Amino acid sequence: MTSTAIGPTWRRALGWVVLTLLVLITLFPFYWMLRVSLSDNRALAADAGSLLPAGFTLGAFERVLGLASLEEARAQGGSGASIDFWRYLLNSVLTSTLITAGQVLFSSMAAYAFARLRWRGRDAVFFVFLTALMIPPIFTALPNFVLMRDLELLNTYAAVVLPFFFMTPFAVFFMRQFLLGISREVEEAARIDGAGHPRIFFRIVLPMSRAPLTTLALLAYITAWNEYFWPLLVGQGEGVRVLTVALGVFRSQTPQGSPDWAGLMAATLLAALPVITLFVAFGRRIVDSIQFSGIK
Amino acid sequence: MTAAHPARRGDLRVALLFLLPAGFGFVLFYAWPALQTFYLSFTDYSLLAAPNWVGAQNYRAAFGDARFGNALLVTVEYVVINIGVQTAVALLIAVLMHRLTKSSLVRGLLLLPYLIANVVVALVWYNMLDAQLGIVNAVLSWVGVDPVAFFGETSTAIPTIALVNVWRHMGYTALLLFAGLQAIPKSVYEAAAIDGASEWRVFRSVTLPLLRPVLAMVLVLTVIGSFQIFDTVAVTTKGGPVDATRVIYFYIYEKAFQQFDFGYAAALSVVLFVILAGLAVAQLRLLRAGSSDLD
Repeated sequence: MTSTAIGPTWRRALGWVVLTLLVLITLFPFYWMLRVSLSDNRALAADAGSLLPAGFTLGAFERVLGLASLEEARAQGGSGASIDFWRYLLNSVLTSTLITAGQVLFSSMAAYAFARLRWRGRDAVFFVFLTALMIPPIFTALPNFVLMRDLELLNTYAAVVLPFFFMTPFAVFFMRQFLLGISREVEEAARIDGAGHPRIFFRIVLPMSRAPLTTLALLAYITAWNEYFWPLLVGQGEGVRVLTVALGVFRSQTPQGSPDWAGLMAATLLAALPVITLFVAFGRRIVDSIQFSGIK
Repeated sequence: MTAAHPARRGDLRVALLFLLPAGFGFVLFYAWPALQTFYLSFTDYSLLAAPNWVGAQNYRAAFGDARFGNALLVTVEYVVINIGVQTAVALLIAVLMHRLTKSSLVRGLLLLPYLIANVVVALVWYNMLDAQLGIVNAVLSWVGVDPVAFFGETSTAIPTIALVNVWRHMGYTALLLFAGLQAIPKSVYEAAAIDGASEWRVFRSVTLPLLRPVLAMVLVLTVIGSFQIFDTVAVTTKGGPVDATRVIYFYIYEKAFQQFDFGYAAALSVVLFVILAGLAVAQLRLLRAGSSDLD
């Protein structure tokens, strides 16, 4: 923005130095995850400060992915505690996908009712939906936990998925903002052709909304992938344990004296990889959505 | 609305149909549990027997609970450090981006930590800040500073966790503020340039006042989020050393899911909710979020 750039060149240069430094601070921990995960635990102890992997090896990834035998794992300074990475990965993928599918569809339907249909009490009901944004998750977590226990759903996929499956206030809000902007003529034309609302919604409105739907799906998926608190409460069991919970358990199982840092960082990096991949593919969309939803 | 379609009595039926799944989820997992928490807060409930009405006893107990007082204090310390540093750094980033670049690559890179799970972020920094093997202590030793057990000492644990989460959120906050900066008309800056105002003067007298409505909203959102710090504590310090990082959220979690004192935990949740609601209202009033100085 040259028009707002007041001041001599050296000031701009200083600005660039500071901004570059902040970007480096942002990126360094990602590099460090990679560096430690490619290191050998014993070499790490002797060489904590080198920028390159200490005693380069893929051993940590082999351990985490279950490709190394127990003896090999122990020899490399692994704790021997099994982390069933593939299982937890599958659980994370499954629950996040289910949550995203349900949340995006049902929230869009609700948003359609709030944005495109005319009915008495609409704005009041929408306001009630929005108040849920203010409720801290722990506030509803206690009764929801009791509900899952009473339904005998603890340690099932259903328990991990259900509270996020039907809606989130944010998703409804996000889609409503978009649907409000669609021209009425599109619907009127379809109406004249005799199409009912379900048909208009599924055949016209949803296909038109491909861009915001993709963005919402991305945000929903990432949020579900990163969720820790709720699955910690209802999904501790091995069978349904998701990656975030598994990482927490892995961390508390590592001995205090000599933690398996390489293994821990390899698992951590692998757990973050899907989000990083989504980010590389759709980064601009995510950035734009934050400018859009954060302010309006 | 009905005037446009005098023949129809609105779309109530079809609206109900569209609202059915989301409404079901809203009632079952948001509205009804929220009411239940209010009810449970007046009971003694250990999950084994039915809740037993005890009146305001849980609230009286909360006022006399020194560890709850400590949890509040620790949380406030966390929020002050976290929000203070985060807002300052985010403002700096936003202003720098506004002046220097519109690059979406820079914006994207700065946003990346916000998309990574709290658990992952906590573990990476747990490694980097390790007392023996952490890179941060290695760097400190090069400049002659003794190793610091960042997570392991009562005096450093909360600032450490607060700064770790500054790292995760600063880019996100900066993007929100950046969007606000872009809404400020260029003519204002041009006028300031003609008057020969200094950089700092422009920031204080032009940027900050005009950014205030956006800044207010951002502060309300980030403060509410900051009060709910849990994941980082649960993964790294688990409330310790001693009670140094036993923040409200973690304390409630322990009461409910480790001691199964659901009634008391519900009462503490209500207190937390009231604090958050009060803070939001107070912030919006103080910062007059609704009005811009531009009007």
